Amino acid sequence: MLPTETHPQTQRNRPALNFAARRPWSTLALLIAAVLVVGAGVLFLLNLKAPGLLTGAVVAAMGDPGQAPLILKAGLLHYLETAWSCAPWMLELTSIFIVIGTLLSVFGVIFALTSLVERKMLARIQNRFGPNRAGPWGLFQPLADAIKMLTKEDIVPTGADKVLHLLAPITMLVPALLVLAILPYGPGMVPVELGVGILFFFALGATTEVGVFMAGWGSNNKYSLLGAMRSIAQMISYEIPLFLAALAVVMLSGSLSPDAIVSAQDGYVFSFVPHWFVFTPWGFAGFLLFFTAALAESNRSPFDLPEGESELVAGHMTEYSGFKYAVFFMAEYIGLFAICGFAVTLFLGGWHAPLPWLEWIPGYLWFFIKLYALVLLAIWVRGTVPRMRGDHLMGFAWKFMIPMGFAVILAAAVWHYAGGGVPGWLASAVIVLMPYLALGRVVAIQYPASRRVYRFSES
Amino acid sequence: MKQPLILPGLGILKGMAVTARNMIGSYYGRKRLHTISYPEERLALPENSRNFPFLVYDGDDPEGGLRCTACRMCEKECPPQVIYIKPERDENGKLTKHPTVFDIDLNACMSCQICVEVCPFESIKMDSAFEYAAYEHFESLVLHKSDLAKSNTYYHGIKPTEATAVDANLEAERQRKAEAAAKKEAALKAKQAAAAANAAAKETPPTSDTDASD
Repeated sequence: MLPTETHPQTQRNRPALNFAARRPWSTLALLIAAVLVVGAGVLFLLNLKAPGLLTGAVVAAMGDPGQAPLILKAGLLHYLETAWSCAPWMLELTSIFIVIGTLLSVFGVIFALTSLVERKMLARIQNRFGPNRAGPWGLFQPLADAIKMLTKEDIVPTGADKVLHLLAPITMLVPALLVLAILPYGPGMVPVELGVGILFFFALGATTEVGVFMAGWGSNNKYSLLGAMRSIAQMISYEIPLFLAALAVVMLSGSLSPDAIVSAQDGYVFSFVPHWFVFTPWGFAGFLLFFTAALAESNRSPFDLPEGESELVAGHMTEYSGFKYAVFFMAEYIGLFAICGFAVTLFLGGWHAPLPWLEWIPGYLWFFIKLYALVLLAIWVRGTVPRMRGDHLMGFAWKFMIPMGFAVILAAAVWHYAGGGVPGWLASAVIVLMPYLALGRVVAIQYPASRRVYRFSES
Repeated sequence: MKQPLILPGLGILKGMAVTARNMIGSYYGRKRLHTISYPEERLALPENSRNFPFLVYDGDDPEGGLRCTACRMCEKECPPQVIYIKPERDENGKLTKHPTVFDIDLNACMSCQICVEVCPFESIKMDSAFEYAAYEHFESLVLHKSDLAKSNTYYHGIKPTEATAVDANLEAERQRKAEAAAKKEAALKAKQAAAAANAAAKETPPTSDTDASD
């Protein structure tokens, strides 16, 4: 126990401790009450124009939580049509903006939450408290960060290519946001039903690299350029195992549409094991490959070489400050959410409940629970594994993950032709395990684990 | 030769178990946490920690009990010259061995402790208080005599060993002075006595030696 007795300090200039940090529960209750009151007030005011229409929609949504977002949207559109007699094109636009606004606000909130949760979790892993000053349990920290970021000076280096420097963060953020449009969030809740959703996702994922290189080249800084070059090499290498793992799923479900892939994972084996792809040998291996490659694609530890602060300051983000830096930060997180959402769609059964008796919880909640579990896993990995060395990174992609990706495809094919069941299970397990063990041996021989010897400092 | 089974990824799983143990454990074992929630909890500062100087006073009166005699030794020795002293004078213009003004400018104080070392009266000591953050330089960071005067009890609170040694020192000094005074007095008395005896001897007329010479 640390000695924590009060020290006879002078009491000069002691700032008043903030209310929120001292009374977390009451602050939270006040906040929720304020939101409810404001919401009820707005609802009441809007309701005056056409009595019963909006409240009716809200009541209907409460009665059927599984379809609540759809009912609310339809109710709002109906209200606009009758009460404000909006033209059809306006309704069309409103319908689009409702979806965009909902997605942006939901992912914005998750982004804010994650920026705090990540710091908290890393702190706890390192036996620290983490941010706990702003608000209850530090919950207002994202707000403080946002204010800090927005009030900072936006510096553009003299030698920078101003257009590229400005466009780079936007080029990073837009594809990440666009990917969110094709994810199936729940039954009937796909913002854009795209038959070639998977292809769209990979096309947009490749666009991110352009943004990174724009940032690196446009900054006119050696660290930025080196970081960007590393990033390109890494992202191109890891896109292959990412794609190979997704390809196995596409082969088995016979469709490039995310919605169809989710419906292919409907149902339960023995009525308690969900029919998700992750519970098959090839699916499990594919999920691990996909998730590892996803960490590399979103530049997260242990694959965060492009922004390795110990050697490259901040990589391609070195010359960015203020709002542009915040946009980069946001793009990275939204990209992580998008790719985790894709992992959920491909391998973890999308919005399906893990157990039959848990199906009363709405599908969209299941989707976000799974998505956030993956995000937490990514943070956990970040808190565990140190950054890889450049050659190890490339070697891992080309010598281990890509061969494993082909093995996964083969195993999926065998599974398909064996028609699942015990023989399919055994055959695909063998096909996945053999190269795993063999490659593991090769890797272990090539990069033997040994104690590092310091030639000069240790004698 | 039998080769060990190599499972790639096993090391990461082991590492993740360790981090999970630390993460969950930090919520249950207070011992794991290396940091404290600072303004609510405070660590006892080490005895030798020092920040800025303060003035020690004896007893309960921060004005009358000040050990400082306004000798201006520290003012002269202070390398960044952040100490300003104005000695008190009585109506005749005679120094009363007491400062009217004693300011220390924390903006430039470099905590070198030279003032403490040169002080012949053990009256200026290093404080360990550090919460001086302020929005401006001049009102808050120039400490006046009233801010600087802290009791000997406070001194014992932050630096018990040093304060006890200082007290012993001062006591010894007082005794030495008392002894010296007593000796001086005794010497004076003896001198007076001798002088008195001498005078008495001179006053009595010589009687016997005249007889002997004859």
